[in-house]
Amino acid sequence: MKTRETVPEAGKRDEREGPTIRMMTSQTLDESEQIEPAAGGARGALDFAQDQVVFDLRSLSCFYGSFRAVREISLRVPKNKITALIGPSGCGKSTLLRSFNRMNDLIDSAHIDGSILYHGVDLYADGVDPVEVRRRIGMVFQKPNPFPKSIYDNVAFGPRVAGYKGSMSELVERSLKRAAIWDEVKDKLKEPGTALSGGQQQRLCIARAIAVEPDVILMDEPCSALDPIATLKIEELMRELKENYTIVIVTHNMQQAARASDYTAFLTMGEDRAGYLVEMAPTQDLFTRPEHRLTEDYITGRFG
Amino acid sequence: MASTPRAQALTGAEVVRRAIEGGRTDWRSTAFHGLLVLLLVLTLAVLAWLLTVVFVNGVPVLAERGVDFLTSPLASNPAEAGVGQAIAGSLWLMLFVVVLSFPLGIGAAVYLEEYAHDTWLTRLINTIVRNLAGVPSIVYGLLGLAIFVVALGDIIGPGATSGRSLIAGGLTMAILVLPIVIITSAEALRAVPGAIREAAFGVGATRWEVVRSHVLPYAAPGIFTGTILSMARAFGETAPLILVGAVVGGFNVEYDNIIGTLQGRYTALPTVVYDWARKPPSFGPNVYAAIVVLIVVLLLVNALAIYLRNRFEQRW
Repeated sequence: MKTRETVPEAGKRDEREGPTIRMMTSQTLDESEQIEPAAGGARGALDFAQDQVVFDLRSLSCFYGSFRAVREISLRVPKNKITALIGPSGCGKSTLLRSFNRMNDLIDSAHIDGSILYHGVDLYADGVDPVEVRRRIGMVFQKPNPFPKSIYDNVAFGPRVAGYKGSMSELVERSLKRAAIWDEVKDKLKEPGTALSGGQQQRLCIARAIAVEPDVILMDEPCSALDPIATLKIEELMRELKENYTIVIVTHNMQQAARASDYTAFLTMGEDRAGYLVEMAPTQDLFTRPEHRLTEDYITGRFG
Repeated sequence: MASTPRAQALTGAEVVRRAIEGGRTDWRSTAFHGLLVLLLVLTLAVLAWLLTVVFVNGVPVLAERGVDFLTSPLASNPAEAGVGQAIAGSLWLMLFVVVLSFPLGIGAAVYLEEYAHDTWLTRLINTIVRNLAGVPSIVYGLLGLAIFVVALGDIIGPGATSGRSLIAGGLTMAILVLPIVIITSAEALRAVPGAIREAAFGVGATRWEVVRSHVLPYAAPGIFTGTILSMARAFGETAPLILVGAVVGGFNVEYDNIIGTLQGRYTALPTVVYDWARKPPSFGPNVYAAIVVLIVVLLLVNALAIYLRNRFEQRW
């Protein structure tokens, strides 16, 4: 894979090439209309053992008002693996990711159809408390968003509201260590988190997310605002974190998906601008021998 | 120039130098610049003239009578008349604003921004609040007259005041600034980025925890700045107070308990300025002195608001 050499400029390239990719995809669609509705794709429902499945999406559609942003996606997210969601801008990757921890509930017009089973339990069933869901399914956002409070308080806020009883300073230290930022901030825990560099802020946000001991960490393009060195640090961190957590990452950057993830799901959008799943496969397979034309076009377009 | 044979003989650097030096006079820019300066000077001149007249005429009275002017009650003799009751009345009105408008207004803003779903009703309410802030203050005076003086007069201002009580004035002022408090607070809340709310929700905070631990603290400087400015607005309002019975002329009843004070007669600084200005010319210096007091108080309040904003404002 010759792509590895082009890593440093990957983030920038994405944005510039976005429109081109989209054009290409819709062209391809015209030619292969018949394959489009095959939501879930042949390889979407990978055969994981039941106890290894964290998320089981069953024909999930996400709507904003009457607009369908994501159409009938069925896929499974395996435990202690990194699953990447890739695809062109606007194909619903982030929407899909935010439905995993009911973050879309915060948008009045958002609603879903179909279901997401989390360890076999329907996340959208009556009586499910989204606050409890988000304690178990943490999130790291596109733009680092530390609270304008001290580094310590940034990490301690989650455990505090969760009613954590143990030693807070130990927990803060442990979380910062796991997020590989302890050595850089241990002498300035009282300083504001917003004073850190972008890459440090994002690792602080990861520390904040893991401080509540979640089961899953969702990452929504966590490196898009970071430079290549900070990006590599985050990717390294992800590989360490997957020992204890299940990670789902949305990325615009295919090289990142190829480098860092175990499984990759490729989404694109139909003519109604609704995103749908083309295929999901072990990352190695998806990038070396994609099963689908659309996937191949997308990947080769990027790799060109 | 550049195309003449002589120019072609010049070295490359010389050609570039001549080209970029230009040498033309951009008279339109100069004229516009001059016009803007002129407009600014005119504006400032009017303001400076106004302030000079006020201070030149007012300060001697303050210098001569000192604290006596600030504490004396209203009187028919200009040499004895002071703004003591007016300052007390204005401070009372501000207290009403602080106690009633701030909690109600900030609460309403938090509800509208953080809790209310985006429905047609919410949007309607937002529009109404916005329009209410633009309603002329005399209309609030009429509202106060109708509700607090006429309809509720027997309860909140019984006896000699026939409803024109301090409570009526305070409640009218509180309603007058309520929309402003709501709007400025809502703007301060909206200035807190959605990303911060998402971050807090993302670690499993409830809406209450998000608002209490993050949104409100970060918006607080903006909210306080806005509310303090609305207090200044209440301090300077005249028209509605005349309708709801701020006394013009004089009263010399001393109240020995708070209920008596609240149900009793009152006046306010701007009302006194208005009243004295209609009196014989011998009251002239007193008018200026009262205006000086009013301006100084307003400047202090605004300075406090600016200080708070600069000191605590959260930049994103």
